[in-house]
Parts: sequence; C-alpha cells; structure tokens
Amino acid sequence: MLALIIDDSRAMRRILRRIVEPLGFSVIEAEHGQDGLNQLAQHDHDVDLILVDWNMPVMDGLTFIKTLRANKEVPRITTVMVTTETEPAHMARALMAGVDEFVMKPFTPEILIEKLQMIGVAIGDPTY
Amino acid sequence: MTTATLTPDAISWVCTRVRDRSAIELDSSKTYLIEARLGPVARQNGFADIDELIQAVKSNRKVGLESQLVEAMTTNETSFFRDLHPFEALRKTLLPEIKTRQAATKSLNIWSAACSSGQEIYSIAMHLREHFADLASWKVQLVGTDLSDDILARAKAAKFSQIEVNRGLPTPLLVKNFQRQGMQWELKPEVRNMATFTKLNLIERWPPLPQFDIVFLRNVLIYFAPDTKRAILEKVRKVMAPKAVLFLGAAETTMGLDATFERVQADNSVFYRLK
Repeated sequence: MLALIIDDSRAMRRILRRIVEPLGFSVIEAEHGQDGLNQLAQHDHDVDLILVDWNMPVMDGLTFIKTLRANKEVPRITTVMVTTETEPAHMARALMAGVDEFVMKPFTPEILIEKLQMIGVAIGDPTY
Repeated sequence: MTTATLTPDAISWVCTRVRDRSAIELDSSKTYLIEARLGPVARQNGFADIDELIQAVKSNRKVGLESQLVEAMTTNETSFFRDLHPFEALRKTLLPEIKTRQAATKSLNIWSAACSSGQEIYSIAMHLREHFADLASWKVQLVGTDLSDDILARAKAAKFSQIEVNRGLPTPLLVKNFQRQGMQWELKPEVRNMATFTKLNLIERWPPLPQFDIVFLRNVLIYFAPDTKRAILEKVRKVMAPKAVLFLGAAETTMGLDATFERVQADNSVFYRLK
C-alpha cells in the first residue's frame, strides 16, 4: 500500500510518515498541492491514501482536492485533510469538494488511526 | 507540588474508600492511575500533594472532598461513536425492528449508563437524526446517567474540546451538529435537547427510570467484582422493556453472571437480549 503525504512542513511529513508506515504503508512525500499532483502522475495514480494539509504555498490543499476530483481519469483515492483549519464552513466546503475526513491539528497517532479505520481504510496492526 | 510516590498504606486506603463508595475494585497495580487522577484533585484544592489530600479527606476538613476523590477515580474514558459496531447494529437491525414493533405507541427509550461527559448518548442522538428522521414524531427519551456531579454538569453543557471532537466523530456530523466557540465545540441545541441527564450510582438506590428499549452499559462492569456485576445486571434487567437489548463493552459478558440474557451476534456487533 502506498500513501502520499502532502505538507509544506518537513517535521509534519515526518510525523505522519511515522504513524502510517507501521500500518503497512510505503510513503511518498510532496511539499504542496502541485507537487502532490506531480507525484501522483509519476506513480500512475496508484496510491491508496492521501494525507494533505490545507494551507501550503504554490497550491493549497483545497485546490489540490478539487483538481484531483475533477480529473475523471483518476480513480477515487481516499483523502484525509490534516490541518489547523477548523472553521466549520470551510470544512464543509472541503467535504463538498471530496475530502473523506478531517484530522484537526494537534492530534495523536490514535486519532489519525481511528479516523482511517472509520472511513474503511484497510490498515495493519500498528507496531508502535 | 511534589510528585512523591504514595505509600502502600495510602494506596490501600484509596482503594478501600473507592470500593466502599462506588464498588469499583482497585488495587496496588493501579497505583499509576491513582496518582494520575488524584494529583489534579490535590492541586485544585490547594494541597501540596496527594498525601495531604488524603489526610484532609480522612479528617473531613472540607465538604465534598471525598466525593471529588471518588469521582476522579471513577470517570471513564469515552469518545464519540466509540467502537462503531453498536451504532451499526442500531442502524441496520435494532431501530428498524423497534420502529415496526412500537409503531402504535411511537415511543423509544435509550439509556447510556455511566455516560461520563455524554459522548455516547449524543452520538446516539446524532445517529437518530441522521438515519431515522421519521422518529422526530415519536416520543424519544435519551437518558444519560453517571455518579459524578462534575461529569454530569459537563455532559449537560455539551461543550467539547478539539481533541474530543477529533476522536471518533465523522467530520460531516461535526460540521452539521456543532458550532465552534474559540477552542470549544458546542452541540447545537436541537441535538443537546434530545438528551436528559440524571445522577445515578449503579450500586446505590436508583431514581425512577422509564422502561428502556436499549441500554448501553459499556466498559463499566469490568471495574466490579462478580457479585456486584450480578446485582447490577439484575437491576438493569428490571428497567428493560420486553425484547430490550443491552450493549456491554467488548471485554464484558453476561455469561456466568445472569442466565436471563442471551448473546446475539449481528454482523460485527454483539448485544444481549432478554430471553
């Protein structure tokens, strides 16, 4: 299984990598939405899970989601937004755009794992 | 405040006092839990450490201090839509059955026993609104009970931290049912008002309760000795309507305790129905 982590913070990418790798995912990383689209194309969109931040330079997370969902050639990939954005109206917009779930920062590994289980992501037993 | 480890005598005294007041069984293996829970109580009441708190309770120096101590040791972890499977059973099996069976009376009573800060009963409320909008014309009673005054006040207020709403609550339900106030998330009145809360200590005399169709008593019995579990199940049985069901925690069972319940497996969920 392959996960794409999109966040402009290297520290946050490392935190997320350390959570999902023990669940059985290999990880590729991107620094912003456009970088994420490029990474997806390079991997023929054969990705099982995307974790994406909202506020990033070049292309933000919401634009990334809209672009991704607008491309009907791309299979539907489960996408979780991991963000400090907690304005309900904004979150509703992201859900409308096709985000499957939100994890609000700060969070614990257990919170992310519970959310993945909740939306039916097949994950192995974490080996923390 | 110092962080000196409690003496065996102090641990033993706390275990005995909590057992006498709540029937919850603690022992020295729970020393970490006792220190973690009682440290904040000592601090909030201006004591230097937990030993000083214990001395104050023993000498009855401050009204309500013993209740605070017991309540701190009996508050359970909870989260929205905890374990998911019972909610699936409600949606797929139990509520459709009840809607047919009770179409004439149009009444539905659900109890969240040891409800803590209310996440379970409010999860049920959101679940009903989401999947059973037609129950709006029914008389629906969602009752939460707990032995702690503080925790019941929190449940009634229906305000949750970001960490609490991050756990287990699907985001579509968060944005639909809550309004954000700073770092707090408050349930909208139309959901909050669906639930009522009452103080109830499972091992003491119970206040009047309606006959329930569904009882959630999850991750509660594990804290009690077998005889107390039997006594609680007997009392629970008496407030269950015919064909009512009981949800226990994944590590709990009625088997070996009360033969009047039968175990029912529905998809990934297990519940207990009166025979």
